[in-house]
Amino acid sequence: MKIAVTSINNTLDSKVDPRFGRAANFIVVDTETMEFECISNEAVSAAGGAGVSAAKTVTDSGAKAVLTGNCGPNAARTLAAAGVKLYAGASGTVRDAIEAFKNGQLTENTGPTVESHFGTGS
Amino acid sequence: MRKGFRIAIASGKGGTGKTTIATNLAKAAVEKGMTVKYVDCDVEEPNGHIFLKPQIENRKDVMVSVPQVDKDKCTGCGKCGEVCQYGAIVHLGDKNVLTFDNLCHSCGGCWLLCPEQAIKQKQIKIGQVESGKAGNVNFIHGVLSVGSVRSVSLIRQLKQAVDSEDLVIFDVPPGTSCPVVESLKGADFVLLVTEPTPFGLHDLRCAVELVRKMGPSFGVVINRDGCGDDKVERYCEDENIEILMRVKDDRRIAEAYSVGKMIVDVLPEYKEAFAHFYESVSKKLKG
Repeated sequence: MKIAVTSINNTLDSKVDPRFGRAANFIVVDTETMEFECISNEAVSAAGGAGVSAAKTVTDSGAKAVLTGNCGPNAARTLAAAGVKLYAGASGTVRDAIEAFKNGQLTENTGPTVESHFGTGS
Repeated sequence: MRKGFRIAIASGKGGTGKTTIATNLAKAAVEKGMTVKYVDCDVEEPNGHIFLKPQIENRKDVMVSVPQVDKDKCTGCGKCGEVCQYGAIVHLGDKNVLTFDNLCHSCGGCWLLCPEQAIKQKQIKIGQVESGKAGNVNFIHGVLSVGSVRSVSLIRQLKQAVDSEDLVIFDVPPGTSCPVVESLKGADFVLLVTEPTPFGLHDLRCAVELVRKMGPSFGVVINRDGCGDDKVERYCEDENIEILMRVKDDRRIAEAYSVGKMIVDVLPEYKEAFAHFYESVSKKLKG
């Protein structure tokens, strides 16, 4: 299964980016082989609608789930419409987040975890 | 057609006294026999009405177009999502197209580009324009709906009303972003209200940069004169910017403001100062 993890840098040992829409990168990982690719998030400097554009990028990557820190309402709605599962509350490195996901330590979110524009100030 | 002058009152920094200057100028000009319109362009937080106390006679809803996708016509080509710069319409594969009314800027790109003409324009309300009389001042302001980000569209509607007055005053929102640019459009002269503090100076510089790019002549009003340092004055000297008026840092003005009263009503000596101020500005415009 392919999953996308928001990441500050471009490897499995990079820290999880706590923001979704304004995340620096998405590390898209095959959970069986641990092969991955890094997609930089073009929405990071978008004028608006970053969450929607980021969700579109993740959807197009083929990932079926997202691990991140927080997720706003527009992104959550887009992910849900695309059938991509959302797991917020991930932390540590990308590798840690994937391990936590595999061990069932992350719970699926069915809605947003923060208000709009939560991640724009940091 | 318009016959009068349009003066925009802007600042960069918030809370420097734009509305204080704008409303007092409106009243002073009316008392000199001019016909005056006051336009509160700060649609996110209009406050001119607190001081001018208008009788609102007309209210008009302001509507904008946003996309509505006809799923029967859509072929899932994705062109609509590609053109949108604001994530207001997104294509998620097949005929899965999502729209976000609150992110849309009504550029029209999606419905113009859709090869199937599957996107219709749906009208949504972004706010209201209210107009009326405040004594002899013609008053108009916009009130943006809570949660709407469409201040620029509302300001544009607000300024579409035909001006027949001798003097039209645009009370501009703070900052130097899109709503400020929209508010400044069409102004013959810009008054930049600042205060003699490091914050006032910093944001004045930003505002000067913007106004110079946009073109109209401008001058500075120093409010709360005497409360800070002389760096604003030195900056104006260096940049060859005229200081057109100073309003002293006076507790009586602050007290009047705190209860929604105007300087020209509470401190009659300012009546002349504002009238004189208007004359000096209008001379500049004529000259």
